[in-house]
Amino acid sequence: MDLLTELAILVLAAFVGFEVISKVPNTLHTPLMSGTNAIHGIVLLGGLLVIGPAEGLLEDILLVIAIAFGTINVVGGFLVTDRMLAMFKGKKKQPQRAAE
Amino acid sequence: MDQDLVTALYIVAFILFIVGLRMLRGPRTAVQGNQVAAVGMLIAVVATLGQKGVGDWGLIVLGLAIGTAIGVPSARAVKMTAMPQMVALFNGVGGGAVALIAFVEFREAGGDLPLDELIPILFAAIIGSISFWGSNVAFAKLQELTKARPRIPSLVNLGLLAIACGLAVAVAAGTESQAVFAAILLASALLGLLAVFPIGGADMPVVISTLNAFTGLSAAAAGIALDNVALIVAGMLVGASGSILTKQMADAMNRSLGNVFFGNFGAAAAAGPGAADDGDRTVRSTSAADVAIQLSYAERVVIVPGYGMAVAQAQRAVADLATELGKRGIDVSYAIHPVAGRMPGHMNVLLAEADVPYDRLKEMEEANAEFARTDVSLVIGANDVTNPAARTVSDSPIYGMPILDVDKSSSIIVLKRSMSSGFAGIDNPLFYDEKTALLFGDAKASVSDVLSEVQAL
Repeated sequence: MDLLTELAILVLAAFVGFEVISKVPNTLHTPLMSGTNAIHGIVLLGGLLVIGPAEGLLEDILLVIAIAFGTINVVGGFLVTDRMLAMFKGKKKQPQRAAE
Repeated sequence: MDQDLVTALYIVAFILFIVGLRMLRGPRTAVQGNQVAAVGMLIAVVATLGQKGVGDWGLIVLGLAIGTAIGVPSARAVKMTAMPQMVALFNGVGGGAVALIAFVEFREAGGDLPLDELIPILFAAIIGSISFWGSNVAFAKLQELTKARPRIPSLVNLGLLAIACGLAVAVAAGTESQAVFAAILLASALLGLLAVFPIGGADMPVVISTLNAFTGLSAAAAGIALDNVALIVAGMLVGASGSILTKQMADAMNRSLGNVFFGNFGAAAAAGPGAADDGDRTVRSTSAADVAIQLSYAERVVIVPGYGMAVAQAQRAVADLATELGKRGIDVSYAIHPVAGRMPGHMNVLLAEADVPYDRLKEMEEANAEFARTDVSLVIGANDVTNPAARTVSDSPIYGMPILDVDKSSSIIVLKRSMSSGFAGIDNPLFYDEKTALLFGDAKASVSDVLSEVQAL
C-alpha cells in the first residue's frame, strides 16, 4: 500500500476516534480508557508479522517478548475492562427505593 | 489465507472496534461493547496468523502463552482500588512491544530502509519507548513503590527530546548504525522516566491518559512501517480517543498539558502562600459520635469521595452508611469531581463496586448547584478538588481549577488521615473554615465507627 493511502486511512481513523469517543459520561472514563488501552494491544499483530522473517537469536528473543507484551496488553486489558463494567451492569434492577 | 481475505477480516474487525467503542459510551451497553471489541481483536489476530509469510509458530505460541499466563491472572486478581496502576502497566507493555518491534525491524533491514518506512519506525520507537518507561514510573508511583518527587528542570527533558529527535534525523539522513538507534531508544526511555517522575499523584489521570494516546499513536506509526492497515486504524482510534480524553481531563483541572508535564506542580506552592500564615489558624476535630448525630439530623447529605477513600478501601463502608442514612429518610448523594482519585471515573468505579445506585452519583456541575441547600458535606479523603483556594487565591497553583463548592454547604465534615496537605502539596483553607470539623483516622475505620454510632442512635 502506498504511503498516501495509508495516511488517508490514518486521518479518517483519527476523526472516527474523535467522533466515537467525545461525550462519554465521566462515569465511564476509566472503563473507556481501559477499553481503548486493550485495543492498542493490536501491536501484537506487529510482532506476529515480523517474527517469521526475522533471523537471529536476539531478534527472536525480542519479538517473543514483544508478542508476550502485546498479549498481556490485549488479554489483560479486555478482562480488566470487563470486570469494571460488570459492576455497572444490573444497577438498574436494584432500585434506590429500598434505601429511601 | 489470501491477502484479500485477510484485509476483509480486518475490515470486519474495524467495524467491531468502532461499534464496540460506541457501545462503551452508555452504561447499559458498555459490557457488550467491550466484548464486541474483544471479538474484533480476536478476528484481527486470527486473520494475521493466516497471512502469508507468518511463521516461527513455536515462538509465536510461546509469546502468546507467556502473555496469557501473565495477563489473565493479573487482570483477574487486581483489586478495584489498584485499577489505575494496572491500566498504566498494560499500557506500558503495549508501548514496549512497539519499541521492540521497531528496533527489530530496523536491525533486520540493517538500517537500510526507505524513508516512508524509516520515519514511522523512528516515531514508533521514540513514542513507544517513552510510553513504556513513563507508564512503568506511573505504576511505581501509584503502587507507592516510590514516593520520590525529584525536581527535574524542564531543560533536561527538552534536551533529551532534542537528542532523540536529532539522532532520529541522523538515522533518517542515512546513518545505518544500530548503536545510534539504540541511543534513540535510550534517550526516549530517560525522557519517559524523568518526565513522569516529578509528577504528583493528582496529575496521574492526565499522565496515564496521555501515555495511552501515545501508545496508540506509536502503534499506528508501526502500522505504516509494516504496511498493516489493522495497526493503523486501531492504533489511530486509540490515539485520537486518548487525546480527547486527555483534553477533557486537563480542561477539568483548568491546566494545560505543558503545565502538567513541565509545571513542577506543588513544588512552588510549598514556599508559596499559606506557608507564612499557618501559625494562627486552628482546625476543629470531632468524634465519630458527633458526626453520627450531625448526619442523623440532616435532611440532605452530600458525600465527596476522593483518593483517600480508595486507599482505605472504604467504599463499602461508605455505601453502607449512605444506605443507613437513606433508611432514615435523609437524602444522600455523592458529588464526583471529574479528577477525583487517580483516574477519571475512579470514584464511580469504586462506588459501583460497592453497589451504589447510579443515579446517586452527581457530576460536578449538578452537585455544585446543590451544595448551598446541603446540610452536611461529608468529605472522605478528598482534598485538592474541594480546595476553595482554587477560586480565591490567585497565586495558588490550582487557581482557576473548577472545584466542588463544598464550603457552600451548612456544615462540612472532613475525614482525613492526618493534617498533611494533598498530593498537589497545597494547603487547603477549607480545613480551617469555622463550619468544618475534621475526623482524623483511617477512612474505612472512621466511616465504620460513624455507621455504628448512627445505628445506635
